[in-house]
Amino acid sequence: MNLLSTKGLSRSFGGLRAVSEVDFDLPTGQVRALIGPNGAGKTTFVGMLCGRIAASSGRVIFNGQDVTAIPAHQRIAMGMAYTFQITSIFGRLSLHENVALAMRRRGDLSDAAVDEAVTDALRHVGLADRAGSMGGDLSYGHQRLLEIAVGVAQRPKLLILDEPTQGLTDGEIGEFNQLIRSMTGNTTILLIEHNMDVVMATADYITVLNFGQILAEGAPAEIRASAAVQAAYLGKA
Amino acid sequence: MSARSKTLALHVGVILALLLLHFVLPTYHHGNLARIMVLSVYAMGFNLVFGYTGLLSLGHALFFAAGMYGSGLTIAHLGFGAEAAFLAGVVSAFIISAIVGALALRTAGVALMIVTLMFAQAGWYTILYFGEYTRGDEGFVIQRPDRVFWGIDLSDASNRYLVALLLFAATLIITLKFVESRFGRVLVAIRENEERARMLGYDIFRYKLGAVILSGTISGLAGASYGLLFGYVGATFATVQYSILPLLWVLLGGAGTVLGPLVGTAFMTYLIDKSSEYTAAYMIVAGVVLVLLTLFARQGIMGEVRRRFLPWLP
Repeated sequence: MNLLSTKGLSRSFGGLRAVSEVDFDLPTGQVRALIGPNGAGKTTFVGMLCGRIAASSGRVIFNGQDVTAIPAHQRIAMGMAYTFQITSIFGRLSLHENVALAMRRRGDLSDAAVDEAVTDALRHVGLADRAGSMGGDLSYGHQRLLEIAVGVAQRPKLLILDEPTQGLTDGEIGEFNQLIRSMTGNTTILLIEHNMDVVMATADYITVLNFGQILAEGAPAEIRASAAVQAAYLGKA
Repeated sequence: MSARSKTLALHVGVILALLLLHFVLPTYHHGNLARIMVLSVYAMGFNLVFGYTGLLSLGHALFFAAGMYGSGLTIAHLGFGAEAAFLAGVVSAFIISAIVGALALRTAGVALMIVTLMFAQAGWYTILYFGEYTRGDEGFVIQRPDRVFWGIDLSDASNRYLVALLLFAATLIITLKFVESRFGRVLVAIRENEERARMLGYDIFRYKLGAVILSGTISGLAGASYGLLFGYVGATFATVQYSILPLLWVLLGGAGTVLGPLVGTAFMTYLIDKSSEYTAAYMIVAGVVLVLLTLFARQGIMGEVRRRFLPWLP
């Protein structure tokens, strides 16, 4: 069963067709990587999935329901979570509060349960000992990890990660890969990623976007072998 | 002591200190402080929107006036008693803040400032337009017999002070509880990063509207109390000046701090009071102090205290 599908999803900015007639299916439980050169329309595409950007035409179906006309906050409440490409945390709130805000929205946890779950989520990304620090005082890499923790803390059905490893050190990337692998089974993940090592280590399946259209889809090995993908994205070396 | 018990001790301490002052202050300052406490209630209401939610309204005089006229006009023309009139004032402010909020919150930033200002100006002109009932600029006096609330004569200086203190204490506790609630924390999150809060699944419009309604209703409660306690209802209170004043009080005292509104209102009142003893151009003194605070204590007096000494201050 597909957790998420799009049918003919398009978005134009003036004369520019950023995303054009994309039919996309994401089965439940899969870790999907979305790759493609800069300007391929990846961020616009996921923006339409979670409702930050309105679609010009086409439909988005999430968990069996047409969500095309539903505002972003309701889609989040339905079980999507989105982490920003450009780090977007609460810089003047503590790490604890950053994560707690993500958890409290669901409304089904007591304050004590939230505290416990926050500690757990921060431990997952290795930031448990800094729970009292302000978000803005963290290094860039740690802010990325906090952003991921905030995404995970929502216990979403679908977690959309927009270039999560940008700015992480090699060690942190290794931990990130582990984190993603540890979540498989419970959470469907859509990952926009430039780092091909991360894609190969985490993704079950890859979609390649180019000029706003799907250029290829397949298992990591197939994509790596595809001549068209190499030409468009990996370079012609 | 935990941050929670320290917070409690501090705020109970402030309320007790104000009660103590009732017995020791000379008449002039006693009257001043009663007025300051009522105006602090207004400032605390404003602070919910400005300090905690990060929305700059330039139209809160409309809510203050809604409370004041809602109670004053029902006494003058419908023969309401003080209790029913007070309730009418609070309900008026509630309704008007819900309508203004629902319309104005479709805008943000500078547009929000202009839209709220326009609503407030429209309210002021409405008061002037219906001068036959409102007595326009001149205003009207609420007679002494109409100012008896549950058997308490509000025109008596001592009663007035104690009622003002009661209102102040109640608002202080409500605000404190509110900003520590889940709803209040979402407002802070909206102030800090609205897009992130939205992408955590919070309905931003609903939260902002809730903040405006609570803030407007508290402002109206202050307006209704002011009319009943000091016995005068006038259009001056609906002018833009009364929208700017709570902004100044809150900025001076510390936006987004619970005690900031009281400190700012008291500071500003006494600053004007003292400087007008020396010069008619007392607003110049107020202006210089504002510039100095902006340069050296951007977060206001209590904001600076929190930054330097008491990081747990709510």
